[in-house]
Amino acid sequence: MEKQHYISSTCRIENNEIFVDGQLVFKTETQDFAGFSKLAYQHLDIGYPKFFKMDNLSKLAFLGAELLLKPEDNDSDTALVLSNKSSSLDTDVKYQQSIADTENYFPSPAVFVYTLPNICLGEISIRHQLKSENSFFIFDAFNADVMANYANLLINTGKASQVLCGWTEYFNENYKAFLYLVATEGNVLHNQQSLETAYNQ
Amino acid sequence: MPREVYISQTNCITPLGFDVPSNIANILGEVSGIALHQNLTKTDTAFHAACIDNQKIEKAFAQISDSKAYTRLEKMMILALYPIVKSSEIGLDDKVAFLLSTTKGNVSALENHHIKSAELSQLAKSVAGFFNFTSEPIVVSNACVSGILAVAVAKRLIQSERYDHAFVVAGDEVTAFVVSGFNSFQAMSDVPCKPYSVNRKGVTLGEATAAVLVTSDAENAKVKILGDGSINDANHISGPSRTGEGLYRSVESAMKEAKMEANQIDYISAHGTATPFNDEMEAIAFNRSGLGKVPLNSLKGFYGHTLGASGLLETIIGIESLLQNKLFVSLGYDQSGVSEPINVIEKNEDKNLTRFLKTASGFGGCNTAVLFEKVS
Repeated sequence: MEKQHYISSTCRIENNEIFVDGQLVFKTETQDFAGFSKLAYQHLDIGYPKFFKMDNLSKLAFLGAELLLKPEDNDSDTALVLSNKSSSLDTDVKYQQSIADTENYFPSPAVFVYTLPNICLGEISIRHQLKSENSFFIFDAFNADVMANYANLLINTGKASQVLCGWTEYFNENYKAFLYLVATEGNVLHNQQSLETAYNQ
Repeated sequence: MPREVYISQTNCITPLGFDVPSNIANILGEVSGIALHQNLTKTDTAFHAACIDNQKIEKAFAQISDSKAYTRLEKMMILALYPIVKSSEIGLDDKVAFLLSTTKGNVSALENHHIKSAELSQLAKSVAGFFNFTSEPIVVSNACVSGILAVAVAKRLIQSERYDHAFVVAGDEVTAFVVSGFNSFQAMSDVPCKPYSVNRKGVTLGEATAAVLVTSDAENAKVKILGDGSINDANHISGPSRTGEGLYRSVESAMKEAKMEANQIDYISAHGTATPFNDEMEAIAFNRSGLGKVPLNSLKGFYGHTLGASGLLETIIGIESLLQNKLFVSLGYDQSGVSEPINVIEKNEDKNLTRFLKTASGFGGCNTAVLFEKVS
């Protein structure tokens, strides 16, 4: 059971900057997330118009996955295990406003569906055709301990060949994404300590 | 080989009763918790739902605590966990996990603009605090598979040897938030839901909490968890795959891990939300796995769709099926309304049962299947 796995690559998105494996790949002076995510989408030449229908949490997680998953990962058994603190609260608050009073009662199915944090896993799965293990966790803060144990077990039991893991937090313009691929090969050992170090960089 | 993992204790708080025996008595009596309710939303529309009487919750909670610090959902979760934590006599150290499954938690706090109170980590902290769990709470929020996925997650983390035991609680309430949302999808039935029936008209919502002890300790075990899978359709965020791809693969993953064939499964506790697409998708997926003849029910006719609680609640009832050797009626079913043959249980009957499969599917294209075996 004690097989060693590796962090094969990382992606960090915060403060209008995107880093892949520690290297800055995109940066903008734009103030809000909508502007930043749109410019990043254009810069990365993603060409996936469904992106603009997504809520902010899904856009954030989608961008991170886009930078880490390669074409050869499509239709693979790459598991998705993401986590955050605020769940889908950013969209929940918007949906709640739509049902707040009888005069202005406009519940929208297009908004309601995003009131679940795991929708971002569905978006990534569709984009990369990943018919694979999925789970979304909520923690008070990034839980490297649980994430490391869970990803290792998925690989060790043959339920996944690699795992796209991470922290995708979005609430009210405050956001941080830290995504990483856990694989059987790589240079950085995958364990609680190395994850905490990478997260806090 | 990873170590074996069991469920040794169960409890639930539902409209049909505040412990497992009272729930089973009502199921055997074909009593449904569903009723017509006014005032579930701010509109004039009445909806069918399976709701728990507030006074019953208050009365039961007053017997274990005089604290006013808990929300209604937190009280329901504490009530579900209480007898299990007390009788387990497990020291709540770092090797004991606390998992909480929910889709919307205390979302009704948003009605009063209390955003912090609606955070799921706050909910977990509050319930964990009641029992003094010392490990960091793990919240599983994966739409309608959350309750059964939490069992799979607990089993996997115990297999990883990070934990030896996991207390798992699952719960969701009927709120204006979810009622209006499902209604905006035109997914709400105007009669109590009728899973798999040609006359089905959609979902009936419900509320419940459920709790289990998942453990590496075989002593007092009710069931062994043989295998699991939780695989995405990669097809659509708000509708199931027409081919049942993710559910089919989840079932296959669970059976492969368990080293079991379809003919070794005695009963399926299915999801059966009674929407046209979901029930049809399940029939297709089960037939792809060679499970079309296995007796199957949906318990939504008793409890409605209890969202993040449903997978765990229905697992607990499924465990009772095994232990009591009884197949429970799929309430609301009359005539098949799916295109592939499935063996829906039409009346309560006695049958020797060894293994059952629990499945669920949900928004985001998620699916989970877990296979259980009776420990004799």
